[in-house]
Amino acid sequence: MKEELLLEVKNLETFIPTPKGQIKPVNDVSFSINKGEIVALVGESGSGKSVTSLSIMGLNASAIQYRPESSIFFNDKDLLKLKEKEMRKIRGNNIAMIFQDPMFSLNPVHPIGRQIAESIVLHKKVKYKDALVTALELLNKVGIPDAKRRLNDYPHQLSGGMRQRVMIAMALACDPKLIIADEPTTALDVTIQAQILNLLHKLQKESGIAILLITHDLGVVAETADRVLVMYCGKIVEEGTVEDIFENPLHPYTRGLMASVPELYGPTKEKLDAIPGVVPNPLELPKGCNFVTRCSYATEKCSQNAPTLLKHPSGNRVSCWYPLEKEGERGHYETAATSFS
Amino acid sequence: MKQQPLVSLKEIKKHFPVGSGLFGKKDQFVKAVDGVSLDIYPGETVGLVGESGCGKSTTGRMVVGLTNPTGGEIYFEGKKLREYKAKKTLGKNLQMIFQDPYSSLNPRMTVADIIAEPLVLHKVGTAKERRKRVDELLERVGLASYHGSRYPLEFSGGQRQRLGIARALALQPKLIVCDEPVSALDVSIQAQILNLLKEIQEDMGLSYLFIAHGIQAVKHISDKIAVMYLGKIIEYTNKEELFANPRHPYTKALLSAVPHPNPKMRNRERIILKGDLPSPANPPAGCSFHTRCPVAMEQCKSIDPNLLPTSEQSLTACLLFEEKVAN
Repeated sequence: MKEELLLEVKNLETFIPTPKGQIKPVNDVSFSINKGEIVALVGESGSGKSVTSLSIMGLNASAIQYRPESSIFFNDKDLLKLKEKEMRKIRGNNIAMIFQDPMFSLNPVHPIGRQIAESIVLHKKVKYKDALVTALELLNKVGIPDAKRRLNDYPHQLSGGMRQRVMIAMALACDPKLIIADEPTTALDVTIQAQILNLLHKLQKESGIAILLITHDLGVVAETADRVLVMYCGKIVEEGTVEDIFENPLHPYTRGLMASVPELYGPTKEKLDAIPGVVPNPLELPKGCNFVTRCSYATEKCSQNAPTLLKHPSGNRVSCWYPLEKEGERGHYETAATSFS
Repeated sequence: MKQQPLVSLKEIKKHFPVGSGLFGKKDQFVKAVDGVSLDIYPGETVGLVGESGCGKSTTGRMVVGLTNPTGGEIYFEGKKLREYKAKKTLGKNLQMIFQDPYSSLNPRMTVADIIAEPLVLHKVGTAKERRKRVDELLERVGLASYHGSRYPLEFSGGQRQRLGIARALALQPKLIVCDEPVSALDVSIQAQILNLLKEIQEDMGLSYLFIAHGIQAVKHISDKIAVMYLGKIIEYTNKEELFANPRHPYTKALLSAVPHPNPKMRNRERIILKGDLPSPANPPAGCSFHTRCPVAMEQCKSIDPNLLPTSEQSLTACLLFEEKVAN
């Protein structure tokens, strides 16, 4: 059975002018999300993952400029070509977003019940009173105890985990097809993180909502995602199913990220295999592959020509001249090149 | 012969007054730290884990004297911390690295001045010697001497954390309290900083009190680990024991909540705690964990368990074990 396509990002390329010159936070990124799928977008700060999500939501449109070839198709509509008025019908209605810090994304001077009901009234033709009933149902659904009393609570009266649940309830208010969750658990404690991830999983299973999960935590990815996109310096460097990515990472950066996390299970390593160096300045990206300055496998070829994202026989898509072999050894370009389709 | 601990905490408490009653009488307290005892020996790393609000940072701040305990006593090399007349002796030996490398470095000072400041305050060396020492320190933390003339603004988060480490090392302290030193950093940079801290320890033989909520990092660096919940240590043991054989139900839940890096382990049995951390201003009676504990018994609501030995190396505060110990 073929999965139904929900969102398709094609050749997304963005520019942001800065006093020191123009930067390209997202550079020719293409990916798709199917209905009911959890896709994780992994990367460190500056990798372009948040700009990608803002582009899908049409937020911060005044600061971000797009290359004309870029497109984001959702339900056969190119979101980048929509007028703000049309976009407003989709935003919050079909695509909703959850942010990292729920304290700053909730209005501190209104009770949470009212904030949830408001978005329902805005998108659907219902009375405020009925919307409030729906809000109560939603709060119950996301597991807020004693929800009826909580309707009149203000955000500051809730704990971090509770506020994130309220944000999720608000995102669910109009039965969205896609939720973009930007680091939804980063600000939370581990035991609360486990609760929230559990909730997201439940929602996806019960309501068939697709989730684009933006995170830097590989543990969260392994625990939640179906498919994984790894971004570095504005480009997708590897893409694959969660099993393939974790079992057989092809890109040296993906493997480096995994080796950087100390093991919780099994013996402690004397030294972590850290990725040397830092993410390059977006104004001075290296020629050739962006990862060349930190890659221990790099050759002359890597510093001259940038690789493109191609399908590898193992199933992943990878952007590397020398995709890694199973044991973490450098692959051979010749063999890899011929087997690429 | 048993070694003397470098730093020893004896039943330390920190109660912050909140609100005021009649005539400004303070009648309510947030018990941020409520009776913590801990020994740190020379050359070892003690990890302190727990969720936000459990009092781990306050404990760290009390150890370096940034805030004074409201009860109990802290000993440094066998002598009470508050009996040190010359505070400088303490400053020389106890240093701290902070979580946020953006707000813990003065933006108007050059890097060289920041790192030299402790040396200037303690009147160590001449200006020339200090400059040489700064260069050494910069090199030690993986930066170069030409970085000295720059300002913190010009550095990335990981590099700033390196500057914080260089400043802490300047006086060759015996203990560094590391308060969440890697949690604000990117994954690939976290590993670099953890490696650096370990290398420095091997070179200089100093001790760390490593405070973090990221259990993986704590496991990587610590020899012994104390788990805190609502101002109290509920389990204290060496690293191997904690991960192989966690005893306290909270420790078990905490370990099981950490996402597993193998997608195949997704359907493993996990303990998901219900509810939130209770407020430390109004902690539950009895065992403070009983409101969320999956195995709570009736007597947990009224009896506060003591931290008792449950094996040669381990201490656990749970009624489940108190009975076993008694029998």
